[in-house]
Amino acid sequence: MLLFVEQTLNGIQYSALLFLLSAGLTLVFGIMNVINLTHGSFYMVGAFCATSAAALTGSFTAAIVAAVAGAGLYGFAIERLVLRFLYRRDHLDQVLATLGLVLFTNELVTIVFGRSPPFMDIPPLLRGSVELLPGLAYPLMRLAFIGAAAIVALALWFVLLRTPIGMRVRAGADDHEMVDALGVDVHRVFLLVFVLGALLCGFAAVMSAPLLAVQIGMGERILITAFVVIVIGGVGSVRGALLGSFLVGMIDAYGRTWLPMLLSGLLPAQLSDPLASSLISASAYILMALVLLFRPFGLLPAR
Amino acid sequence: MSTVAPPTRRDAPTSPDAGTHRRTHQRARWFLLAGIALLLAVPWFAQWSGQPFVISLFTRFVIYAIAAVSLDLILGYGALVSFGHAAFFGLGGYVVGIVAFHVADGSGLFGWAGTNEALLLWPLAVGFCALAGAGIGFLSLRTSGVQFIMITLAFGQMFYFLLVGLMYYGGDDGLAIHTRNVLGGRSLRDPRAFYLVCVVLLVVWMWLCRRIVGSRFGMALQSLKQNRKRSVALGLAPLRYPLVAFTISAAGTGLAGVLWANYALFVSPDMATWQKSGELMAMVILGGMGTIVGPALGAMVYLGLEQWLTAWTEHWMVVMGPALVLIVLFGKRGLYGLLTAFGRRRG
Repeated sequence: MLLFVEQTLNGIQYSALLFLLSAGLTLVFGIMNVINLTHGSFYMVGAFCATSAAALTGSFTAAIVAAVAGAGLYGFAIERLVLRFLYRRDHLDQVLATLGLVLFTNELVTIVFGRSPPFMDIPPLLRGSVELLPGLAYPLMRLAFIGAAAIVALALWFVLLRTPIGMRVRAGADDHEMVDALGVDVHRVFLLVFVLGALLCGFAAVMSAPLLAVQIGMGERILITAFVVIVIGGVGSVRGALLGSFLVGMIDAYGRTWLPMLLSGLLPAQLSDPLASSLISASAYILMALVLLFRPFGLLPAR
Repeated sequence: MSTVAPPTRRDAPTSPDAGTHRRTHQRARWFLLAGIALLLAVPWFAQWSGQPFVISLFTRFVIYAIAAVSLDLILGYGALVSFGHAAFFGLGGYVVGIVAFHVADGSGLFGWAGTNEALLLWPLAVGFCALAGAGIGFLSLRTSGVQFIMITLAFGQMFYFLLVGLMYYGGDDGLAIHTRNVLGGRSLRDPRAFYLVCVVLLVVWMWLCRRIVGSRFGMALQSLKQNRKRSVALGLAPLRYPLVAFTISAAGTGLAGVLWANYALFVSPDMATWQKSGELMAMVILGGMGTIVGPALGAMVYLGLEQWLTAWTEHWMVVMGPALVLIVLFGKRGLYGLLTAFGRRRG
């Protein structure tokens, strides 16, 4: 029972990370119809900015500022320099050009920050753990992560559904030519959404830097999972991204605990252990393939 | 068999630019023949210049060219953006690797002693890839657009994690292969012999692919790409043509994987990463999509560029990444388009 609660919390935490990344990704895709593989690079840039700011100043606030600013600025530069030329191109061009940017960013980060993976301490305020239930102590940092992501999700919901800017963003997603004709500068809306997505990446990066490994290539792994999430949820839909994040996050968390047990009852150990780990790594993809076979446009399509 | 006859060849001789067209065509043929002659001359060049590594380099070029040509079949002629094609490259390689593993330790595979004979093993491996391609294609082709890209990526990743999980066959570390396969009893240990086998396979495969895209089947495939609704209304089966093309493409990519396993004498999950799928697409785009010859050239230039840049700096990706962006932004027709356009101006 305690294990179940703990795994549920771990699952929620992973879901929260996925949501922070996929919310921006799904908006960029839904509004601009761009497949942006560089999204994961923003996350990596944010994480590296955060760890070096923390190492220089020793302050977590500085790390947050550095991560969000670094990821946001890099996102801004990428949009202005490359991506705005890709809006009208087909998906193949977008995939290839942004793949080139991913490779470039990986190498650039290696040159700027060096090869040795940096390490970041949990800030003193969030150290230690809380006893949620008798016998279940849960790390404070992880709870803070869940809390912060929940606040961001609420803020995102508020901005998108209750403000004039959010209205334009949603209108742009619906029919950007019509919005353009009505006198709204759609390209500014595009840029805004793009940078917002990059900011969310930076925030996700700084919150997860003390918990996960900061290394070159960390962006791609999580990016592909984020893509899986938005395809499961239905591209362009933030609600879909939320649902997809939960499905993928929870299956991962529960699978990690119970799948090895389940399989070890059925198969000899030398066969079941690697099989279980492969199945868990592939679980998100299996889920996506299943969803696409029955609902080709995802579970909660935008339109 | 209720399908209506697909449209026939486009360039009817009465069209006003037919003359230019024919000249371009002829020039393209000369480029192709010159290219093949150059490839065949590589072993002699290597011997003459005393640099045997050139053969190894060109073997790699040719193997990837086979994969790029195969991908072009669906990318260029069917507009099917498969982001998981490296899986077939990996599968072809692993069939060779796993059979070699069991032959080496004499354990056999499901009661079969295994074989080292290329004439038996290679078609078997390619058949496996075709089968996998048919299965994956059948499922993936229910979607289109970005969902197709993502579902093929998903299958590619599933296969990658499967390879990582195959601890018995080395898992993450991969699997070393003791000896190269023999071809009709003859050893392929000599790099020159193996290289020539690869070149012959590339030429045959390119010829076959050109026959395929020029056939009624190829025309149907292209017509579905250009206007799906209209083609379906005209009576073309919407699933059959892309599915067969996907299967053939998977088989060709698998052949490249088979050759790679024999070349490197090593297979690992790295053969099936999604970056590898991306690289294959980049080769196709660089060379010129939908031209068959172009992607082969693209593969060679891409790998050559990579080789040259790695010799120059350890951080070669800093150049290669932006180069990829520029190719996509400005090089729409690819190297092959550039070459034939050059021919047209002169001719």
